[in-house]
Amino acid sequence: MNPVAEQSGTSQVAGILAEFRDSEDLVAAAAGVRAAGYSQWEAYSPFPVHGLVAAMGRRKTRLPWLVLLAGLAGGGGAVALQWWTNAVNYPYLISGKPYFSLPANIPIIFEFIILLSAIAAFGGCLALSKLPQWYHPLAASPRFRRASTDGFFITIDASDPCFDDAITTQLLQSLGTVTTEFFYRIDSKRGLPKYAIPTIAILSALALLPPVWIAKARYKQSSLPRIHLVRDMDLQSKYLPQQTSSFFVDGRGMRPPVPGTIAVGTPVENTHLRLGTVHGLPASSFPLDVTAELVERGRQRYNVYCATCHGLAGDGDGITSQLAFDREEPKWIRPLSFHLELVRDQPAGLLYQTISDGIRKMPAYGSQIPIQDRWAIVLYVRALQRSRNASIEDVPTDLREYLR
Amino acid sequence: MPAITHEDNMTQDPTRRAPLVLGEPDLASVTETVCRIAERPGATPAWYVAFVVSVALTLILFGSIGYLIIHGIGVLGNNSPVFWGFPIINFVFWIGIGHAGTLISAILFLFRQKWRTSINRFAEAMTIFAVACAGIFPAVHVGRIWVIYWLAPYPNQMALWPNFRSPLLWDVVAVSTYATVSLLFWYLGMIPDLATLRDRATTKPRSILYGLFALGWRGSASQWHRFETAYLLLAALATPLVLSVHSVVSFDFAVAQLPGWHTTIFPPYFVAGAIFSGCAMVVTLAVPARAIFGLKSLITMRHLDNMNKLILGTSMLVAYAYMVEWFMAWYGGNPKEIFAFVNRALGPYAWGYWLMVLCNVVVPQLFWFKKWRTTPWLMLIVAILVNVGMWMERFVIIVASLSRDFLPSSWGMFKPTSIDILMMIGSFGLFFTLFLLFCRFLPVVAMAEVKAVLPTRDPR
Repeated sequence: MNPVAEQSGTSQVAGILAEFRDSEDLVAAAAGVRAAGYSQWEAYSPFPVHGLVAAMGRRKTRLPWLVLLAGLAGGGGAVALQWWTNAVNYPYLISGKPYFSLPANIPIIFEFIILLSAIAAFGGCLALSKLPQWYHPLAASPRFRRASTDGFFITIDASDPCFDDAITTQLLQSLGTVTTEFFYRIDSKRGLPKYAIPTIAILSALALLPPVWIAKARYKQSSLPRIHLVRDMDLQSKYLPQQTSSFFVDGRGMRPPVPGTIAVGTPVENTHLRLGTVHGLPASSFPLDVTAELVERGRQRYNVYCATCHGLAGDGDGITSQLAFDREEPKWIRPLSFHLELVRDQPAGLLYQTISDGIRKMPAYGSQIPIQDRWAIVLYVRALQRSRNASIEDVPTDLREYLR
Repeated sequence: MPAITHEDNMTQDPTRRAPLVLGEPDLASVTETVCRIAERPGATPAWYVAFVVSVALTLILFGSIGYLIIHGIGVLGNNSPVFWGFPIINFVFWIGIGHAGTLISAILFLFRQKWRTSINRFAEAMTIFAVACAGIFPAVHVGRIWVIYWLAPYPNQMALWPNFRSPLLWDVVAVSTYATVSLLFWYLGMIPDLATLRDRATTKPRSILYGLFALGWRGSASQWHRFETAYLLLAALATPLVLSVHSVVSFDFAVAQLPGWHTTIFPPYFVAGAIFSGCAMVVTLAVPARAIFGLKSLITMRHLDNMNKLILGTSMLVAYAYMVEWFMAWYGGNPKEIFAFVNRALGPYAWGYWLMVLCNVVVPQLFWFKKWRTTPWLMLIVAILVNVGMWMERFVIIVASLSRDFLPSSWGMFKPTSIDILMMIGSFGLFFTLFLLFCRFLPVVAMAEVKAVLPTRDPR
């Protein structure tokens, strides 16, 4: 009696196990078993023996077709994914290129083909071989353990219609087996523990809870603030309104404005100097003393800030202006010449306001040029205007000789 | 039949086919040799020392990553104008290392190079561990790693999709496909050997764990038939994949318009460089591994000789690519492009360029001499220098190009921080930790494949 059978008591014969000396004997014996008409049998070897499957009369595996299908699905899926996501659902406009163009999509298509084919080759190989298989009647046979090292075996199942203890043993002996033994049906206790399947099922169901919870949260409205696992920019090292601070003596995070700050709209003193207005109208006089130094200062500031557009003589032909015209910049508005009647007639306060606040394409310079300098520039502009519209009487008498 | 000696294995006599393994191993002794390594109750002191050092370095890596995540990417040296610093250098370096593993396991398999059987398992393992190291770097240098899943195309409340026409997304898809396929290929090939370990297991935990991962493999004729079909298909899929992965990595650079990057030679140049560096890493790992684990009869001198010839060949491919880059810069006539290359050779990073040329072009020429190809410690020196050279190559491509772009006003130098350097060293720790665990607990040689090429597999 076989020791395995003794252990398992009432076990039923599951089949017969025959060992062969080497791969050549195995192939020859496989052909013999096949010729004897058996159908429920298998051959085992420690390495792939070529010709064995043919000798056994088994058909070739369908795995390559499975892999082909998976590859086609991967390629088609990649085309569809890229088309739907980048051309339809969220069209990406990249340098005016078409939303959907095959050449740019090839790398992803290629990778998806390979990925799905490889998963199909691996998964198909296991699935077609009915793996994983956690227990097998042969696992109880100590002799069979050598199948993965140096043993060559044939098993014939008891379920085969031709199976008979004596006749089958005799057949295997005639085919040159080294030794034969019976193997037995597994006692259910030897397989997976009974509680394994329900445990796995319960754990899988529990594992589904978080995604279901997330999905529910996605489609349900709530008045509560959303849960932020990672605070990202929610958490910044800065004071929010009304927060306390241990840094300042008064304990307030919000600081009062510095002394002397005025609010927008607060009445301004000395509007003539600051705003260029007198009684709400542009002033025609200068709030500063008109001196040669102020004109000189104005000339110097004018050449820094204004001349690039307005030109050194105020004709509106500065280098920027010229360049814009050369390039036919459509949005360029040429600065008016200061020597036009229209500009000459403007009061000084209006020129001051133009410098401070800007006009048309001209930006405001109030933030860059101090008040005194703005008035100096206005004075210099006045000097430029006068230079084109002056008579000999305007020149001091001691210099008239010099001009002639 | 006389015992096969070292000389026989190295024979160049075309009338005699050199044996693939030494001695006269039979099926049982192959199993014994390989399984003994995984079954020993305790490892050698050398293993423990190496393991402790590697784990320490791995902890440094993860510590640095934790510091990086908490403080933000400002802790790295990446800054204007060199926005791609060490993380991308390390990424390209490690992903390149992986390529030789796939070359050996897939391309040489398709070419029926049977000598690959005894080194393919650990070359594939090297691939997977290298890809694991590579994947860490781009993932952590994005800044907010907790939203890295935005790279995946999934319907989201932002109503956004990733841009599939960006080389950076191609890269994500290519590298993750490569990691998946390599893992499947490696694991599928290992299932029969895990079954061997399961069948030999003497303790309950080993029996359960190896049994779990062997998936109930019995080695039946139909299982082997499907296994071989699947293995062949995976090899055929992995071959174009490996060429595509480094091509796609090179697109990250080549599709940009930066001088020194914007060139069509990049895909083949990167693939050649990847295989070059990977072969050097195979030699770096194989030389100590075969000595420590007693595998000299399976991983023979002929294997190392072949790897060294591959290193020599790919070194010349890489040298050719360097020359073509110069030629194209000159022939293209673009002053920016010419400047980029003159700057590499004579600019502030000239030391890097010439170190790269020395390690990648000059040093491998030593492999013309048989003595260098067949003396373990000499080849180890060359292999390590090649690894240094290939790291420098990525440094030169990334840093030297980015630091000198079109606008001289935005030029700047790159300075790695201590976190950069710790992460680089730490990644070697992770790589060696995984490799040492693999050597300790898994079949380091593909037993079933070696058995299939044994001259003595059938005793008669």
